[in-house]
Amino acid sequence: MALTAPLVVEFPFTRSLGPVQSAFLTGLRERTVLGVRTADGRVLVPPAEYDPGTAEELRDLVEVGSTGTVTTWSWEPDPRPKRPLRTPFAWVLVRLDGADTALLHALDAPGPEAVHTGMRVRIRWAAERTGAITDIACFEPYGGEERRAHVTPHSGQFADPVTVLTTPARLDYTYTPGRAQSRHLDALARHRITGERCPACRKVYVPPRGVCPTCGVATAEEVDVGPRGTVTTFCVVNIKARHLDIDVPYVYAHIALDGADLALHGRIAGIPCEQVRMGLRVEPVWTGDGRHPDHYRPTGEPDAAYDTYKGLL
Amino acid sequence: MSAVHAVHATHAVHKEPVAVVGIGQTKHAAARRDVSIAGLVREAARRALDDAELDWTDIEAVVLGKAPDFFEGVMMPELHLADALGAAGKPVLRVHTAGSVGGSTALVAANLVAARIHGTVLALAFEKQSESNAMWGLSLPVPFQPPLLAGAGGFFAPHVRAYIRRTGAPPGVGALVAYKDRRNALKNPYAHLHEHGITLEKVRSSPMLWDPVRYSETCPSSDGACAVVLTGRAGAARSPHPPAWLHGGAMRSEPTLFAGKDFVSPRAGRDCAADVYRQAGITDPRGEIDVAELYVPFSWYEPMWLENLGFAAEGEGWKLTESGATALDGDLPVNPSGGVLSTNPIGASGLIRFAEAALQVRGRAGEHQVDGVRRALGHAYGGGAQFFAMWLVGDRPPGG
Repeated sequence: MALTAPLVVEFPFTRSLGPVQSAFLTGLRERTVLGVRTADGRVLVPPAEYDPGTAEELRDLVEVGSTGTVTTWSWEPDPRPKRPLRTPFAWVLVRLDGADTALLHALDAPGPEAVHTGMRVRIRWAAERTGAITDIACFEPYGGEERRAHVTPHSGQFADPVTVLTTPARLDYTYTPGRAQSRHLDALARHRITGERCPACRKVYVPPRGVCPTCGVATAEEVDVGPRGTVTTFCVVNIKARHLDIDVPYVYAHIALDGADLALHGRIAGIPCEQVRMGLRVEPVWTGDGRHPDHYRPTGEPDAAYDTYKGLL
Repeated sequence: MSAVHAVHATHAVHKEPVAVVGIGQTKHAAARRDVSIAGLVREAARRALDDAELDWTDIEAVVLGKAPDFFEGVMMPELHLADALGAAGKPVLRVHTAGSVGGSTALVAANLVAARIHGTVLALAFEKQSESNAMWGLSLPVPFQPPLLAGAGGFFAPHVRAYIRRTGAPPGVGALVAYKDRRNALKNPYAHLHEHGITLEKVRSSPMLWDPVRYSETCPSSDGACAVVLTGRAGAARSPHPPAWLHGGAMRSEPTLFAGKDFVSPRAGRDCAADVYRQAGITDPRGEIDVAELYVPFSWYEPMWLENLGFAAEGEGWKLTESGATALDGDLPVNPSGGVLSTNPIGASGLIRFAEAALQVRGRAGEHQVDGVRRALGHAYGGGAQFFAMWLVGDRPPGG
């Protein structure tokens, strides 16, 4: 009875980097770490576009060292997928030589006993670099002393700069439709369309939600509706949406099933698009083993009079 | 009811009058690849501060609005935008009411000033739609539901058809709105679309996307931001340019779908307008309001909102549009800026309406300035026509 289904929301979002992040990431591709100098002389790495304290625009780029000091850390004993390293590692904040702020990255170390705040580390560059934070493969222990004089001005100019980054994102949900919708879906699978009546206002909701949005009370009384209904309004869709596997043109209609107090949404077929009209009487058509009607088709009855459905628009 | 109103009236005396003293917006475009999101909001905020001749230290709180996070795929963008907006050491509030959010953002900021919680507040709203795809973001599949919906156009087009049926409007009215707004946009340097070769015939013959809505009757997808600086009487006295004064502001919501919902003229919109007019002492919107910036993402929503907002009797909105009254040289210009039909960074679009209304009463709208504007309405709606936000601004302090 309790239905669940995976729901994946996934998109390759893009990021326009702006001048400072563009220089920083392009620099990594060229094995150059850039920071930005604030008006009071501090060097921020990674660089910020705007001073976190004063909000002043920051554009005074400088190159800092590729060695640094761990300011704090946390051990990850069992790396999750897509972590910088597959083997256990330390998350570290590293203040690079010449910088006044710390950068978050991974430290490749044999175990937590080998990591301590204040330890010296250096960048291990990735073999293939594209202009991304992953151009730093990770940090590794390093025996050398801090070199404070490493900061040099930098124009931020590189050939073929990285200006846009693609950052794919994916969210994995488990969707559960809940009691009212599950009961409705169960009935649909048996080619019955059901709604629920609000105990207060007596309106019949299809599909039911288990609650009346107007009265704010739970609904439980199941009511059979339709299967026939009236097209209250519609549009003809001529533009293909990237996620929809429906050939255009198609008619997206609001259909008030007989006995329902608001329209549900469905596709009209079995009639040329240009002949679909408000007031058209339709009935559901199930195909294959689909739970929902594949579409609605004309019943052949006379059209419903406008007055009979105008209150449902 | 009368007792409740009496209490309101007493309290109203103690509210701080709210003035708009700074307005800034970005150049809006399909893709602002030259700036990060931080750079985009900064551009609008800096222009608003410059307009007010203020600096970051003059701002006591920042109120930030944007539409759904899927439009950029950044959850809680206010976290990383605090630097760009000078918010260190200040409250940052995020407002979220879908497409109406820009309007709601301004009203939340205005309430902070009216309640004397803060003296001067920056309200900013943005969207960088090029980092995602709005049609995708608005049509996410839900398990166990048949996927049918094709973006906002597919959602709103049936309601446009219902309006045409209900009022008997002739089919060409939508094209008149689109032609007017796109031509108005030619006078607005910040507008996204500048269609110099636009003709009524081109609008009428543009592809039918979601019949009855054509391509040229549909808003674009834009990157952009808008910012306003709000302050009280003392701040207004220091303003280098004439302020716009808030005479009334309100928000209303209703469910997306419910039995009895009127999609053509939602009750939440009517109630919201009535509240604003009551606060502002407006009894005849058509006669007393000089300019309206209405959230019209699809052309037919102009006559629909003209009725919903009381500028025309029910069934008569299309006649007002058809008569030319809403043109730049008409007696009730609607969307002199070119409106949402010419510029639509969704999260910012509501605030742009509010800001453009304020520009008109300040006399600072530039080439699309309407002469002698005393009162202007800014309007926004969002979600499934379920969130409404409006303000009425005037060239003089309320009661003055």
